[in-house]
Amino acid sequence: MKAASRILGTAFFLEGYEVQDAPRYGAERRGAPIFAFVRASHDPINERGIIRHPDLVVVADDSLVPVPGAGVMSGVDKHTVVLVNSGDSAEIWKQRLNFEGDVYTLPAEAADRAALRFIGAACAGAAARLLGVIRRDTLADAIRQELADLGADVVEVNLAKALAAFDSMQAHEARVTPIKPGSAAQYQPPDWIDLPFEDARAAAPAIHAGATSVEVRTGLWRTLRPVIDHDRCNRCWWVCSTFCPDGAIAVDPDGRPRIDYDHCKGCMICVAQCPPHAISALSEQAAQTAEKAGASE
Amino acid sequence: MTRTLLTGNGAAAWGARLAGIDYIPAFPITPQTEIIETIGKWIDKGEMDARMVTLDSEHSMITAAGSAAATGVRVFSATSSQGLLYAMEMLYTVAGWRAPFVLVNVSRGLSAPITLEPDHNDVLAARDSGFLQIHCSTCQEVLDSMLIAYRLAEDERVRLPVIVNLDGFYLSFTREPVEIPEHQAVRDYVGTYDPENTLFRASSPSSQGVAVLGGGPYSYFRYELHLAARNALSVYDEIAGEFADRFGRRHPAIEAWRTDDADIVFVMMGSFATKARAAVERLRDAGWRVGLVRPRLLRPFPAQLLQQLLEGKQGVAVIDQNLSMGLGGVLHSEVASALYGHDRAPKILASFVAGLGGRDIADEEFFEIASVVRQAIQKGEMPPPRLLYTETELREVRKLQAIAHVEYEELRKADVGKVNGRNAGER
Repeated sequence: MKAASRILGTAFFLEGYEVQDAPRYGAERRGAPIFAFVRASHDPINERGIIRHPDLVVVADDSLVPVPGAGVMSGVDKHTVVLVNSGDSAEIWKQRLNFEGDVYTLPAEAADRAALRFIGAACAGAAARLLGVIRRDTLADAIRQELADLGADVVEVNLAKALAAFDSMQAHEARVTPIKPGSAAQYQPPDWIDLPFEDARAAAPAIHAGATSVEVRTGLWRTLRPVIDHDRCNRCWWVCSTFCPDGAIAVDPDGRPRIDYDHCKGCMICVAQCPPHAISALSEQAAQTAEKAGASE
Repeated sequence: MTRTLLTGNGAAAWGARLAGIDYIPAFPITPQTEIIETIGKWIDKGEMDARMVTLDSEHSMITAAGSAAATGVRVFSATSSQGLLYAMEMLYTVAGWRAPFVLVNVSRGLSAPITLEPDHNDVLAARDSGFLQIHCSTCQEVLDSMLIAYRLAEDERVRLPVIVNLDGFYLSFTREPVEIPEHQAVRDYVGTYDPENTLFRASSPSSQGVAVLGGGPYSYFRYELHLAARNALSVYDEIAGEFADRFGRRHPAIEAWRTDDADIVFVMMGSFATKARAAVERLRDAGWRVGLVRPRLLRPFPAQLLQQLLEGKQGVAVIDQNLSMGLGGVLHSEVASALYGHDRAPKILASFVAGLGGRDIADEEFFEIASVVRQAIQKGEMPPPRLLYTETELREVRKLQAIAHVEYEELRKADVGKVNGRNAGER
């Protein structure tokens, strides 16, 4: 989404706008939600940071919509346009979100998982058409400028994706409308409180129980899955389990290592360390597909 | 001159590049790392002629920076938050050496608990170190301040290291249009490092940092450092004035935004001040006479200019993005000390603490601050200090505490007092 925000930012800038684009994220880890904000105006921009009342919301990963912490729909109202990269229809999303405003989807993108790494460009392309103030050529220039360092081939495929998405939104050109910022003459006062003193047993940032990290299924971050071939495993008792930085490999009393897939992040250190090469790396996606097929048989 | 989109980090890197730096001791830390990566890439491509060395800590990094500056090369380094604190011993030391160089600090709240987002407790911990401090509010200002900072640091009336401060995320990762001046124009402005100003050379024995001293000589050297920092006030005005003449952009020691006819003035530092600027515009639209004062120079502190800007105002709200435990907002106390005893000083000097760990400040909160100050003016009573914190935010904390198995019996004893029952429009 950072790429998408930069493509849009540059496109606005090339169209003569004042621009601000900014990504926002927490500590780096695979699968963590990432947001980016783009502002454009003909006047200098004083606002900064979070956009509290967006005119357009672009969702590259529809699995984030129901995650409360992601706050994808925060601050929207019926003037807001929502663009979702999803195979489900706009009607389904409107119902699901109980949302009055316009919803558009990118079904072609959602259908092609291999194209996921170009989703930023596709989102930027569709968004540009919905905004209606960025020309097709300008969009292309912005992509060339932003992705130049990645080489001509990468630029070409991103261009194709972005322009296709731009064209697909033809019927919805310029649906996004800017709203004026809220008036100081009439506003909802903030619900400020006096923060009370609390005992340090509550007010120090401590976690008062062991093993709470077990509840966080870090295995969801995995893109590669280590799989043990127990015929090849020589029951050494310790190499894979010792090297595992997450303690996600336990060894049975009979010497069989077991991987805790709820917490294995897929770093592949065990694969590299196993002396008899009994652990192989599978694509997580392929492994899940195979599992599903196995379950349905 | 090119106008392009740059992040605050990119602007800092461009500032270092244009200033013609020779040496960069580096150690990575989020959200500063992009500055060093950008410069590293330029050096690799041969676009920049400088020597970069990665050190084993920020402590060594500042030692290397101070040592190199003492030998007469132009030095740049950058850090953030915990890194600045880890370097703290050497910040005081190299300032004491009177080693002139520029250090960028990308502000980020301090541990514990840990955060990646900005507030100013990190840079304020270096407030009394002898480093001068320039606080930026836009990406353009970051680039320009870098150039001004080298002139200031190396000026023979000053000769002190300078921190250029920018806020993590809100500037570091935020792209805005930035004018990159021509290299030659910058060279003409910044000039070359005058090696005669420092005397530490190979084959020419001398000692930086002398032996243990008693209070008398110690006081002499420390007070000289203070006098040099005081000199920097007028030197800054001169240098920033020359910058404005050459490049057309004004960066006064204190920015004053619509203060001339203002009754109420916000005082804020850093990038969140542009949000205050936006709120001032909204308040003006609604008929309020509100302005903003933003100190760019924190050290030296431009007390006299601040007195002039706030003279005759009815009420001032200092919004501190920092917290001195057991005191409150740091800027508030600095403003109070600058105003004390002046006949025409504002009677109301309200203190607000906001934006800790990057906590956002909504437009409505600025409106409410103005409203609180206006009521205080009417009553003639100073309002109590306030942390900008909502009931909704406390509920979020309660959820986290539940996950962390906090003893709820303890929490229930505490009563949450609602203070804001008023409806919008009632004032």
